This record gives sequence, structure tokens and C-alpha cells, in this order.
Amino acid sequence: MPIRQPVDVVVVGAGVVGAACAYYASRSGLSVAVVDRGPVAGGTTGAGEGNLLVSDKAPGPELDLALLSLSLWRELAEELPEDIEFDPKGGLVVAAGDASLGALSASAEEQRASGVEAYHVTPDRLRDVEPHLAPGLAGGILYPQDCQVQPALAAARLLHAARRAGALFLPGEEVLEIYGEPGGGGVRGVRTSRRELAAAVVVNAAGTWGGRVAALAGVQLPVQPRRGFVLVTEPLPPLIRHKVYAAEYMADVASGSAALQTSPVVEGTPAGPVLIGASRERVGFERTLSVPVVARLAAQASALFPVLADVRVLRTYHGFRPYLPDHLPAIGPDGRMPGLFHACGHEGAGIGLALATGSLIASVISGEKPALDLAPFAPDRFDPLVPCHMTEEWAS
Amino acid sequence: MIRIRVRTTAGSGGSAPGAGRPGGSAGSAGSAGAAGAAGPADSGAGFEFSFDGLPVRALPGQSIAAALWAAGVLSWRTTRLNGRPRGAFCGIGSCYDCLASVNGAPNNRACLVPARPGDTVTTQEGNGRAWLQE
Amino acid sequence: MPGSRSEARAPAGGRAATGLAVVGAGPAGLAAAVTAADHGLDVTVVDAAAAPGGQYFRSPPEELAAVRPGAAPRGQRGFDDLLTRLTAHRATGRVRYLSGHHVWTAARTGDDWALHTVTGQAGEGGPMVLTRRILLATGAYERQLPFPGWTIPGVVGAAGAQAMLKSGLVLPGRRVVVAGSGPLLQAVAVSLVQAGARVPALVEAAGYGGYARAPRVLAANPAKLTEGLRHGAALARAGVRVMSHSAVTAVHGADRVEAVTVSRVDRDWRPVPGSGRTLVCDALAVGHGLTPQLELAVEIGCDTTVRADGSPALRLDERLRTSVGGVWAAGEPGGIGGVGLALVEGELAAHAVAAEVRGGPLRETAGRVRSLLRARRAQRAFAELMGAVHRPGPGWRDWADDDTEVCRCEEVTAGRIRTAVTELGASDARTVKLFTRAGMGWCQGRTCGFAVHELARSDSDGARAPTPDRRMPACPVLLSALAGEDTTADPEEVAGASETPGAAEPGGNGGNRLP
Repeated sequence: MPIRQPVDVVVVGAGVVGAACAYYASRSGLSVAVVDRGPVAGGTTGAGEGNLLVSDKAPGPELDLALLSLSLWRELAEELPEDIEFDPKGGLVVAAGDASLGALSASAEEQRASGVEAYHVTPDRLRDVEPHLAPGLAGGILYPQDCQVQPALAAARLLHAARRAGALFLPGEEVLEIYGEPGGGGVRGVRTSRRELAAAVVVNAAGTWGGRVAALAGVQLPVQPRRGFVLVTEPLPPLIRHKVYAAEYMADVASGSAALQTSPVVEGTPAGPVLIGASRERVGFERTLSVPVVARLAAQASALFPVLADVRVLRTYHGFRPYLPDHLPAIGPDGRMPGLFHACGHEGAGIGLALATGSLIASVISGEKPALDLAPFAPDRFDPLVPCHMTEEWAS
Repeated sequence: MIRIRVRTTAGSGGSAPGAGRPGGSAGSAGSAGAAGAAGPADSGAGFEFSFDGLPVRALPGQSIAAALWAAGVLSWRTTRLNGRPRGAFCGIGSCYDCLASVNGAPNNRACLVPARPGDTVTTQEGNGRAWLQE
Repeated sequence: MPGSRSEARAPAGGRAATGLAVVGAGPAGLAAAVTAADHGLDVTVVDAAAAPGGQYFRSPPEELAAVRPGAAPRGQRGFDDLLTRLTAHRATGRVRYLSGHHVWTAARTGDDWALHTVTGQAGEGGPMVLTRRILLATGAYERQLPFPGWTIPGVVGAAGAQAMLKSGLVLPGRRVVVAGSGPLLQAVAVSLVQAGARVPALVEAAGYGGYARAPRVLAANPAKLTEGLRHGAALARAGVRVMSHSAVTAVHGADRVEAVTVSRVDRDWRPVPGSGRTLVCDALAVGHGLTPQLELAVEIGCDTTVRADGSPALRLDERLRTSVGGVWAAGEPGGIGGVGLALVEGELAAHAVAAEVRGGPLRETAGRVRSLLRARRAQRAFAELMGAVHRPGPGWRDWADDDTEVCRCEEVTAGRIRTAVTELGASDARTVKLFTRAGMGWCQGRTCGFAVHELARSDSDGARAPTPDRRMPACPVLLSALAGEDTTADPEEVAGASETPGAAEPGGNGGNRLP
């Protein structure tokens, strides 16, 4: 088994989060190897819609992370090739009735206080903002900061930039072991299906499979798959300008229930097809198409945009969001094993949160003070054996 | 955007199969086993539909694509990005290259849809739904 | 057309689960359906086409046959016999036949399967078929390789030209070059000639000598040999020049085919430099064999394997069982083998289903099953030989220059695919698709899938197997038809529902169906 020269950092996972970690770490002068059992963007990144959202986040650490990440995406969009399809399209959240509009307006008010731009749209103006919306909606909130990228290409371009800065990419190699100093010391490297890689730092960016990678280092991280379906329509002219979703979506995102939740999330793409989500259910890694779920998504989307009833769905696909019980990602060093870092568990927000995550991880590895307090994201916060954390106030 | 006009001249050495009809080099087979192309115009059993404003004859039961081939027309769609002409390719409905607008509705597989008397078939440009865009 | 949800959702005919659902009414499906019905099973046949027969027994619609009586293909006695038996079983109600219905997905419901269907061009909601067992006879479509100019009008699939001729009695041109690889090309060339076209050349990338390396397989399949000789003689009579170890490497013409370049190719199908010559023609019929239609099987979870032809097919046992309990397959889904094999396997599969239903082998058909099994083994051996002889050599990739469109739907060039591989690190068809959209269009990669896989793999991968795409729905479905499957419609929850015309009515159809 070939043993490579030691590297500073091994990143496990070549999704968008792993690519971002590699990008920022190699730009800080660290030598990096990215290992993935599959190709780049082969997991949840390749199944995402590419949302960079602030609109669906309540004030708190995730919103702070999202705002930081968005500013980084805007910077990076200038540097990376155009094919990442960065589009500052804005998000529009609509409410069907006065009750949900009230709740939506109240949460927008709180978001504004945390630095989110949010503008009320009256019912008579809704169709100026989105001409094909169904009539009769009570109103909405426009979030101009919401953006979209093509997630697979964004991950590939980030990784490509990291490689140009010296990072090594080893696709098709599964990490079989993360080993440390004998007697419970720090990380010394990883053993893959093809080689041994010596490194003092290992970053777990394995997304939905992050719990399995954590287990290779002997620590627990309760990442679970939360399945979502997306419907893809035939190519259409630009009909839907924003990412449009119903107010109920926020409640679904925040819910911890394993049962199915669906709420309409509809958006166009530069290539023409409209993407329709979003469902959430915890059914393990079940891969067969669920007719009730796609039927529900179809019904909700055509209620929101009646024009879509007459178009055809060419494809459906599913992805498994990496879900952690408090809906916050695990970002930062693992107190249980020196040198082990986690950057996973972003649930449905991984594309949006990737850059802040990568940048924070690179800061900590380099010994700099991170731009945000990482305590709420402490990876060992779920471990009953780790006594005390600052996370209680956020966990409620 | 390239608009495909029905040609009135043959493509390459073949002559138009029926006088007075749009013709190219495609043609109709008289019958399996019979030599020579005999156009549907020769048959009394046919009917007419329109393609991009021009009359095309079809036999009962023929698909739109078959009738267009018989009239020498090989393309009735332009692609979304480059505006290139396309027509029937796989002939069995699996490649979706032969999408045509029929009576105003886009995305009909011409190789599967039977021609009907009085149909208005038009070259489908791109996604075929430009009217949806304000 | 079911107009209301209650109709759309009820099992077809309002009955309980059928004993066997046969998906596809080509040779394999028909043979299976009538045999299963002979055994006393309740059978439901679901077929996308208007009339039974599949691609092989394609014939002009009745109206067209009526005005062109001489045009119907010569009587296929075996097919006529199947149709007669089918008609008899339909008359007694033993067989229910749903023509014009496409199964877009199959889902488990308890011990049964629910086959969800759409009808019509647009993909409108159709009835759901509940069944205890499924027999997949979904057939195949043509395998294509891209080369410069293959998107010019007048270039058509070889099987496509055959299909258009069989059903519409038309030709793509008057002077048609036939090219690609595989025995289908001979049949196509013969048909085109008989229909009045000039076929200046049949261009075959492989060599027919490959068959000679397996004399025992040939000896066990005398009918195939006879057919090949008959076609060869017909082509010679018609003055068709057969050019083996050659390929069409370019098509010329702006908006219409004017000529093609034929190049000699080496054993790996790499063009021999300087060997290209121009052939004047006004159409090209091209294809590289067939590939099984596996969407439903893959969604159901059936294991696949890669056949000698390089394309994925279902893994089946001698009783034609897939790896999923209660699901059988016959004909092309188990590997391309042609009409004879499809008929054999369809019947065999039906005997196997009946045996399972009755709880053991059936004595009355034991002899028949033994002879069918012998026939299957011989014909499968021939199919593998045929697949190996005509399997595209890796050098075909040199035909496609960087400007050659590979994905016809999304207009993705070979150059962009190569960039995705070399620059962005894609090494499989799925990742190439994510980066370039190759395979994301209307046909969902049915046409370009094999080529994209080949362009994505590096030569060091060797013969790494293409994994079949997950591709659901199996055909386009109207959003309103999908919405019509929704049983949970709650107007309170759906934004704007109550005021929206055509949106979910309380407890009703979630989507408006357009007239």
C-alpha cells in the first residue's frame, strides 16, 4: 500500500462542503488531500437545487452562518467560471391566508433585526413580482439576498480551484480507517481503499454519511438521512423569476418529525426546466420513488403556479439531507479526538452554508480566530459523555 | 432563430416525388415490395393538413412524421440553444427529436401522433412555449 | 380517458389485483400473456402503443392498411396466431388489454404492485393496475454513437427508418446509406430496397468474420444462418455494396444530408487515416444495435449485468425471474436477442409464473418447457456472440470531434463532455450529466447514454460496466396527472387553493386536466 508524503489536512468527502474546506485550507497554505469513495458531487450536493438562502432561517447561529456564507459566495462568484450559474435571483415567500401572512410578517421582522433584507409584497403587487402566481394569495415577503447556484458545478469548480492551489483529489477511494496516536491520542492519518495518508488533521465532510466517517474515528455523530424529492419539468421559457415557496416551508424545515412534510418550493433554472420541491421525511436511505410524495408536490406546485399544470415532468430525483437533531450543522474540532474536525450535517442548506463552513474550518486549523463563534456547532454536543456546552440556548 | 421552410427543391439528386407538393428527397414507399415511390397525392383516400401554412397530404392512419416525410419534409423543430433543424430520428417515440406543435400545443412526438384532417402543424421553435413569456 | 380522480385511481376495471400484469405487448409480452391466460391466470396487458406487436410486428394502422392493402408486411403466422389467441382470451375476460397506456412507475403496496399509467401524447393520468406479479417485456430501443453531422435532418436511426416504413410506408430519402453495426442493418437495407429506395452501401463497423469463431453456436442456430444468407443474397441482387470494417465518420450538408464520408476502421473501430471517401446520398440510416429498456426494472430494484454487447441488461435465472420476488422479464430486457428469443422467453416466463402460482412445476407442460429451455440456451448463446461481434470498439470515440453533439436534446458537445472529464474530474456518466446536462433533456439520456458512458470512462477503467440510469418517471407525465394521484389534498394547506381555478378542490382532483 503506497504511503504518500504526509499532508496537513485530509478532507473526507468531495461534496460542496468538502470542496469548500479544501479550497480555503489550500489557500491558507495548507497541503490538502480530498478523498471520496465516489466522484465529486456524488452525494447530496448533486441532488440539491443549489439554494443559498437566508429567507428560511430564523435569527440565530444558522442565520449568521448563512449571511457570512452569502457574502463569500458573492465574492467567489466573481472568481469562479460563469458555469456555476450564480444567480442573485431573490426569494419570494407567499402566504395563502391572513393567519400565515401574519406569522410570516412577524418572522420577517425578526430576520430584519439580524441583517436580513425583507420586503412586504401586497397581494395586488404579487403578480408584478411573479406574473404566473395563482390569484388570491394573501401576500408575501421578498428576500432579495437569496441566491442560487448550480450545485454540482459549484462544487467541481471549487475543487478545481483547490487543486490549482495544490490540493490533491483522490476520487473513488473509500476511507476505511481514521487512526490516531496509540492510547487515545490525536489524529495521525487515514487508510483508504488504495493507500495510507498521514495527516495531523482530518476533516469529516461526508455529509449524510458523516456519522459513518465519525465512527471510523471512534466517535459518535448522529447524522441521519432526511429524504427529499425534486420534480424536474420539461424546458420552459423563463416563467418563474424567484425562488418561490409557501410560508409553510419554514415550519417544515424547522420540524423534527420523521413523518412526511411537503410544502411547495418552485424555481426556474437557466437551462429551462422548473424545479419543484420540497419534501422531507426520515425513511433511511430508501431509494424508490414515492408516488404519494411526488403527487403531493405536483398538486402543491400547480396550486401555486397554475401554468405548470399543463407542463410535463420529465424526471424526479431524490436526495438525502444530512440531518442533525437540532437542525444545526457540526462545524469545528471534535473535543474527543484532537485533530479530528467535522464539517457536515447541514441538512438542506449545505450549498448555501458551504463557504462559511470551509472558511471557518480553515481558520481554526490555521490557528486563527474564526469569524463566528463555533460553540453552537460543536460536533460533540450530542454526546452525553461530553459534559457541558454552550448550545442549550440555541437548542430550544 | 432559423426558420425551416419547406423546400421546393430536391436535396441531392432525387426529384420531388409529387408535382405541386412540397418536396425534398424523402418520399413515400408505394408498398413493401413495390419499386418506386408513389406519393399519397396519387391516392384518393388521403386528406390534407397544414404544415407551416402549406398543405400536406396524408393517408388515414399515417403519423404526422410519416406524412411529412412523404411530402419531402425532414425537419419540423428547431433546437433551443442553436436553433438547428431536427425531425424524426428514432421513429418509435423514444428520442423526442421530432417534437412538433400541433394545433397550438407544443411537444407532440410527430412520429407517434396520427395526422388528422385539418390539423395545423407548425415547426416547434425551442421549447415551443414562447407565448408564456411576457 | 378517466376524467375524475376516483376513476383515475381505481384499479383498471374496478377489480381486485390481477394475477399477472404484462408490461409491453411485443413478441415476448404477447407470448407471455396468452400462455399465462392458457394456464388460467387473470392477465392484464399494458402497452404504450395503439396496437399489439411491439417494434418487430409493427404494421400500418388499420385505416392505412385499408387504403394500401398491398402494403401490409407479409403475414407473420406466429404473430397472427398470438393475436387470435389474445382475442379469444380478451373475449372471455381472461386477458384485459390496455393499449395506449404507458406505465410510468411501479410501486409496492402490501403484497401487490401498483402500476401507475399515463395515456395519450401529453401524459395524462390513466388507471392504476394492481397486480400480484409483473412480467416485464419492455423491449428495447436503438443504440447510437455520435459522429460529425449525425444531427442533420435526413440522418435517422436504422431501426427508426424501419419503424417509419413499417407503420407509415415512408422513406427518409431516395438514396439511403445504411450504417452502424449489427444484423439489424441487413434487414433494414433489404426493407428499404424493397420499398423502392436505392441503398448504395451498407457500412458495417465490425467484420462478419467474428461469427466464424464460434461454429458450434452457429450450428445450433441454423435459422439465424439462413436469415443472414437470405439477406446477403437480397443485398447482392439489389446492388448494395457491403462495406465491413468501415464507418460513416461524417455527414455533409447544411440542413439536409447531401453526402457521407465512409472511412475504414481498425479492429478497435479507430478510423484509418486517409481512408475516407465520399458517398453521395440524401439520407443515412444508422444504428449500433439495440439496448434494453430498463427504467421500470431498475426502479423496482432488479439486478442488472452487462452483456457481451456492452450494454446493461437484467440478470435473470432459467425461470426468467429477476432478482426481485414476483417480477419476471422476457425478451430484450434480459439482453438483446431478437424476436425468436423473445417469443421463447415470453412463453417460458409464463410457464414459470404459472408454476409458481400453482406451487410447483406443471407436469402437463414439462416437455414443452424443456424444449423451450433448449431453444433459449441456443439463442442466448447466439445473442452473446452477436453482441460480442458488434460491440463498439473504443476507437469510435475518435469519430466524435469536439464540436460533435453527443446529447441531441441538450445540444451538449463531445468537447464539453471531455472538459468535464479532464478538468472537472467527472469519470462516470452521472457526473458528466450533472456537469454538462448531457442526458437531462426530453429523452433522459436514452439516445446518448451509452456514448456518454464511453466518453466518461478512461481507458484504464477497462470494461467498467455502465450502470443503468435511474430514470423515473419512465415517460413524461403531466404535472396535473401527477397531482391527480394526490390523495391528501387539503385546501387549507395549499397556497391559494380555494381561489385558484384548476387547483385542488376540497378532496378532489389536485390538478386541472386540460381539455
